[in-house]
Amino acid sequence: MRFGVVTFPGSNCDHDAYHVVKRVAQQDVQFLWHKDTDLSGIDAIVLPGGFSYGDSLRCGAIARFSPIMESIRAFADAGGPVIGICNGFQVLTEAGLLPGALLRNQGLTFICEDQHLAVANGHLPWTSLCPEGLVAPIAHHDGCYFADEETLARLEGEGRVAFRYADRDGNVTPEANPNGSLNNIAGITNERGNVLGMMPHPERNAETELGDASGAWVFRSVVRAFLNGEVGR
Amino acid sequence: MRIRVHVTPRVGVLDPQGKAVAGGLKSLGFDEVGEVRVGKVIDVTVDGLTEEQALDRGRAMAAKLLANEVVEDFDVHVFAD
Repeated sequence: MRFGVVTFPGSNCDHDAYHVVKRVAQQDVQFLWHKDTDLSGIDAIVLPGGFSYGDSLRCGAIARFSPIMESIRAFADAGGPVIGICNGFQVLTEAGLLPGALLRNQGLTFICEDQHLAVANGHLPWTSLCPEGLVAPIAHHDGCYFADEETLARLEGEGRVAFRYADRDGNVTPEANPNGSLNNIAGITNERGNVLGMMPHPERNAETELGDASGAWVFRSVVRAFLNGEVGR
Repeated sequence: MRIRVHVTPRVGVLDPQGKAVAGGLKSLGFDEVGEVRVGKVIDVTVDGLTEEQALDRGRAMAAKLLANEVVEDFDVHVFAD
């Protein structure tokens, strides 16, 4: 299985994602420049964290017009697995590949800390091997997930909430919500489940040197789903 | 000619910045302050357009890029300067 990690001007987690795919999930991987448009031979796409275009205007607002995004839209529409992490999630919402938006954190501060997550739906291509609880660092200023009532009800009703902010015991509580996200939402998918966006960084907790390594299961899950023919174009 | 686009958070969308500013104003003694919404102003200079065309183009720019209509409203004004 071959992953493509997209680098936008200002991406800064692209090498972390590349490393985890190659060394931890042990899959083939290559970088893709944001001006590339040819995704032939690519089986999964990672939109990494960072500050694409310096977060100008709104996080992800300029990156969504990068040439590669049209190819990624077609890739996703055909069923190819895509994950957007942090800024990558913001790019996916701006591009309309995922619903809703990421607003300024409710407390107005940049938050950088380890975060416990509850897996809200463990039957998705990106979550099927995940344990019930994960730890994944968050590092963002604009991570407050918002969607209108109707969209939120649809996400919940269709099991498209993948992860929620939780305490260390897995309880989803207001106190465990770091940024004011509606329903403690930390990650969602599109209707088919092949496109995942999440604010926490699973790639930053994928090896025991950095924590309990539980983030690695996000990547292993999609490898399993791909090899089983559950995702892929 | 100058197109001015006002972008503001939609009604019903959390605006923690506005809340913080309202708190600041109240603590300075502006007791009459109710709600504050913080948005942004974007000025775009353009050439060779009539006022009507500039309004149309400005609205298109706002809808496509300058505002995110999931969470923001915009309105567009044109100035002759």
